Amino acid sequence: MSRAEVIQQGGGQIGGGIARARKPSPLWTFGLFRSELLTTFRRWRTLALLAVLAAVPILVGIAVKIETGDGSGGGGGPQGGGPAFISQITNNGLFLVFTALAATLPFFLPMAIGVIAGDAIAGEANSGTLRYLLVAPAGRTRLLLTKYATTMTFCLVATLVVAVSALTVGALLFPLGDLTTISGTRISFAEGLGRALLIALVVAASLIGVAALGLFVSTLTNSGIAAMATTVGLLITVQILDQIPQLHALQPYFFSHYWLSFADLMREPVYWDDLIKNLGIQGLYAAVFGSAAWARFTAKDITA
Amino acid sequence: MEEPPTGGTDEVTRADRGVADDAGVAAQAAPATPVTPTAHSGHVGGDDGTVIATHALTKRYRGGQLAVDGLELSVPAGSVFGFLGPNGSGKTTTIRMLMGLIEPTSGTARVLGRPMPKAARAVLPHVGALIEGPALYGFLSGRDNLLRYDAADPTADPRTRRTRVAAALDRVGLAAASGKKAKAYSLGMKQRLGLAAALLQPRRLLVLDEPTNGLDPQGMREIRSLIRELASDGTTVFLSSHLLDEIEQVCTHAAVMAQGRLITQGAVAELAAGTRGRLIVTTPDTVDAARVLKEQGAGDVVITEDRVTAEPPERDLADVNVALVTAGVRVRGFGVERASLEDAFVALTGEGFDVAG
Repeated sequence: MSRAEVIQQGGGQIGGGIARARKPSPLWTFGLFRSELLTTFRRWRTLALLAVLAAVPILVGIAVKIETGDGSGGGGGPQGGGPAFISQITNNGLFLVFTALAATLPFFLPMAIGVIAGDAIAGEANSGTLRYLLVAPAGRTRLLLTKYATTMTFCLVATLVVAVSALTVGALLFPLGDLTTISGTRISFAEGLGRALLIALVVAASLIGVAALGLFVSTLTNSGIAAMATTVGLLITVQILDQIPQLHALQPYFFSHYWLSFADLMREPVYWDDLIKNLGIQGLYAAVFGSAAWARFTAKDITA
Repeated sequence: MEEPPTGGTDEVTRADRGVADDAGVAAQAAPATPVTPTAHSGHVGGDDGTVIATHALTKRYRGGQLAVDGLELSVPAGSVFGFLGPNGSGKTTTIRMLMGLIEPTSGTARVLGRPMPKAARAVLPHVGALIEGPALYGFLSGRDNLLRYDAADPTADPRTRRTRVAAALDRVGLAAASGKKAKAYSLGMKQRLGLAAALLQPRRLLVLDEPTNGLDPQGMREIRSLIRELASDGTTVFLSSHLLDEIEQVCTHAAVMAQGRLITQGAVAELAAGTRGRLIVTTPDTVDAARVLKEQGAGDVVITEDRVTAEPPERDLADVNVALVTAGVRVRGFGVERASLEDAFVALTGEGFDVAG
């Protein structure tokens, strides 16, 4: 019954049969990517991370509203070294987007990326599903690339969740309209929206380095929790080291050093230097740790 | 159970078992196996293609521990091959090397005539595997687990994915529970789902590590009959188990490992026959019987109450019986107790089955 019907007699010999059998579909990698995305975004953990990220702009917006509710106007000025956006929120809700991104970029966003990237390989190894993916056979390089692409997709989605949540809260609580750039010029609301989208993309791209680092850590261990903790620990360490003046010479090489350069997109004209340095650093981290992850993963004995 | 017609999209080819004795394949059969090459003649089909062939396969882990030591394994096409050994004897390490998950320290492994792990991309789509128990995504349903594993197979046709997944679920008896989250599955259901993942495509080789683990007796019977059914379709089944009677029931061939070394391999019937059964004579005249048996050339004669047991002599046992009766021994029972695979195993390893290596 069943199977025999699909089996076509052919391929005269065992070895020769293989070469001709079952050609991989060219779109197969896309299918694996889709499956990976579905699997990642159906986890409660992923949804919880996104929910936390969506909550940050809501809290900031409400806090600013309460703070300025007594009519004193203008908040407490720049906070935590972030760009001076927060004082403008009451004038224009769109500034909540910039404030929320500035507030989540140093910790919440990279922490979420660290969890997803750290779990990428190690989590599969931990649950044993990695061996079944590899004997399917997904192919180690392809699986790693798929995992990295999925992590990058999560970076983008996470950033957009923050931005959209901030825009919604900003529109509900504050007036919208033309806005003033850091340089003091006025731009229309439509152009402001465009800049906000551009900033969200730059923020997402700022996370490329952490994602590569997390993926590399993920190939080193069979424990998803250990990989997540290590990645988040590295993130905090680098953030602290970036504050120590004696390490001035090293700081330009930290993946987080130019993160807040996205504020330069709100200048007129845009000040590109630090933005480009930031993207360069992210590319460098992706190349170095991506290669390290590849070298490690393709040579690794899968014993879990 | 109906496999939907795939309208030629599923270009599955398969070496006809009748022509698998192709010279190129036969040459890959490991030449020097510890036990008899006539092993290949014992099974149905009569071809002597080799589906798994290892040569001096060795794995030394980083700690210096030698897990597998110079393995010469030869699995004939179309066989149901039992892979036996105590815990820690290197079975799983061997299976992982065959599946390309672990790089051998030295030696070679060929699966379906191609070197592993180099040809993994070409070989593994033809291999269904259950390695060290099932592994599932607990937050996905049984069906979604299979959809994911199938998406990881580059040769799987996405257009037939859903029907193939449904067929595989049906085949292992999980159709009714396919929408349930996998974390709610019992161990036996997880085991079945793992088996279903191995059956998503028509396979030429199934590697099943302890497939009946966690199943109730009814489930064990179902899996055994499934294995027989697959084997009769021409699929070679490589089965590791710690249940000797299970191996005896379903396997045509077997190999025994202990402490990383292959002790023996061959047809199950021959393995058991290799350990000769004992001649048992039940009689009140034990002393006389023992004397006569020794005269007749029987070795290792042991007297226990009203029974005399011995290694059977080379000559016809009917003559031995005549000699006993002629000598006035009153024989109540006379026969040879067939050796079980367990006897063979103990004789080979010199230890019980559950001793860790």
